[in-house]
Amino acid sequence: MKNALENRIDEFQDRVIANRNMADLALNIPGWGMDADPENDPTYPMKHYNGADHQRLNYEKAPQQPLDMEVFHSIERPGVTRVFGTSTPPAGLSGAIRRYAYKYSEATATHWMTLILADRVDVIQGKINDLKHGVIPNPWKERGWRAEWKYNRSAFLGRAATTALLITAGVLWFKRRSLNKQLLERR
Amino acid sequence: MNFRGPFQIRADRNRPEPEIKHPMDAIVRVTRSLVCGSDLHLYHGLVPDTRVGMTFGHEFTGVVEAVGSEVKKLKVGDHVLVPFNIACGSCPHCKQELFGNCHEANSEATAVGGFFGYAHTGGGYDGGQAEYVRVPYADVSPTIIPEGMDLENAVLLTDVVPTGYQAAEQAGIQKGDTVVVFGAGPVGLLAARFAWFFGAGRVIVIDELDYRLEFARKFAFAEAYNFREMKDPVVFLKKTTDYFGADVCIDAVGCDATGSTLQNITGKELLLQAGNATAFHWAVNAVKKGGIVSIIGVYGPPWNLVPLGSIMNKGITIRGNQASVKRLLPKLIDHIMSGRINPKEIITHRLPLEEVSDAYRMFSKKLDYMIKPVLIPPRANV
Repeated sequence: MKNALENRIDEFQDRVIANRNMADLALNIPGWGMDADPENDPTYPMKHYNGADHQRLNYEKAPQQPLDMEVFHSIERPGVTRVFGTSTPPAGLSGAIRRYAYKYSEATATHWMTLILADRVDVIQGKINDLKHGVIPNPWKERGWRAEWKYNRSAFLGRAATTALLITAGVLWFKRRSLNKQLLERR
Repeated sequence: MNFRGPFQIRADRNRPEPEIKHPMDAIVRVTRSLVCGSDLHLYHGLVPDTRVGMTFGHEFTGVVEAVGSEVKKLKVGDHVLVPFNIACGSCPHCKQELFGNCHEANSEATAVGGFFGYAHTGGGYDGGQAEYVRVPYADVSPTIIPEGMDLENAVLLTDVVPTGYQAAEQAGIQKGDTVVVFGAGPVGLLAARFAWFFGAGRVIVIDELDYRLEFARKFAFAEAYNFREMKDPVVFLKKTTDYFGADVCIDAVGCDATGSTLQNITGKELLLQAGNATAFHWAVNAVKKGGIVSIIGVYGPPWNLVPLGSIMNKGITIRGNQASVKRLLPKLIDHIMSGRINPKEIITHRLPLEEVSDAYRMFSKKLDYMIKPVLIPPRANV
């Protein structure tokens, strides 16, 4: 919705409005602030309130880290933070899916579920990249099966046997199905 | 360490070394690194935007190898413990010592602070299960390890000790209170131990693993019970608290809980909610009317099935946050150096970094009675 209210309001006006209200409106509201109690702060001692909450725009900011790669930012903030992580920039299909996810706010299912979808696509992309670079994934090492073999052997063997049984049953079922299909076609 | 997908981790010798990207950065050569229970959420594929190729690890110590042009306090050669929070030190949140909620450390999610090695939902930084790490805002949180402090205690101060402490602190424990801690993992054990520091009258730990419950009895001086031996843990807790409920409940489990089939299917199999919220559900139901529930277990950002009606009707105060490590360090360093607590007792396994995939598997499956594993990089002692 291009014309949505959030696209039409002026940004960074919160303190302007609050200060205006406190200087003007509050004087005309009977009882304004008379029960305010700084001790009544359920966030203490985790938070040492010192008024910085209301200095949102004029705090000392670090220099900006050069933006020399694609970095997403939540649409709930105006831009990237002064520093940011440079691990694994978006790439390929998973990157395109992530790009779409970041068009939505963190309050939406679309944002998070699309990111999870991208994560799963990324795993397949990772395997393809490995093979491209001559790296053969080694599940024995990468899935920690070595540790399972050492410390949990009977359960590990049980799971391996179950998996083998299911795969064999699946293969036999498919073979039988295609055989039946061939027989029907011959008739 | 190279994440290749859920349950797949590679010890990769061909990772590029990190570089200074910002004048306030430092590069640290890692000397010790821990695997955290919250790393398992990444390992299990529960945290959105966890990209293949990332390096995890947010609990580490290291030696400063290089500094950016604007780093004034740290110098090359300093041996530092690096809090898991990346914090600018000057935004309104940092100014109020909410270092876990910095406004200038995570572009990608406003719901989460910036953390080392915690997906792009945590800011997209590579972490400390590596030989070298880029440390942003190096003058703010990294702290020189005090002389005489054991290195394993130092690395535990980067997350698990402050996190356990804050779980008890934010629970608002009053002298004589009955405190129930759900989860006997490293954070739960420390939360239980620290509950006494605030004057608890009774500390009860609930878990499903007998070896961890036994450890809780010894390390945290707690009453410890296995919920698998109960028909309904909430009824048990009500009965043991005069049918009033505990004064305080601490959820030190988070989204990887067990104990409810419905929560397991919807949270961990179908991902229709941010993991399994059974511990929180029990906490809300087991706390007294007007009680406090402290959440320190990690949940993903979307949502969870939780009993909101009970929270309102019982007048429960819920408090949670990522630990503000820098705020708590002076107090916790004093507790350790004075001998009041020796957190390294929770470390059960010491493994070379090259065996990182085994460490994750063992921690995830609770193999070999693991409680807390430490990883030692090959160049730790250079």
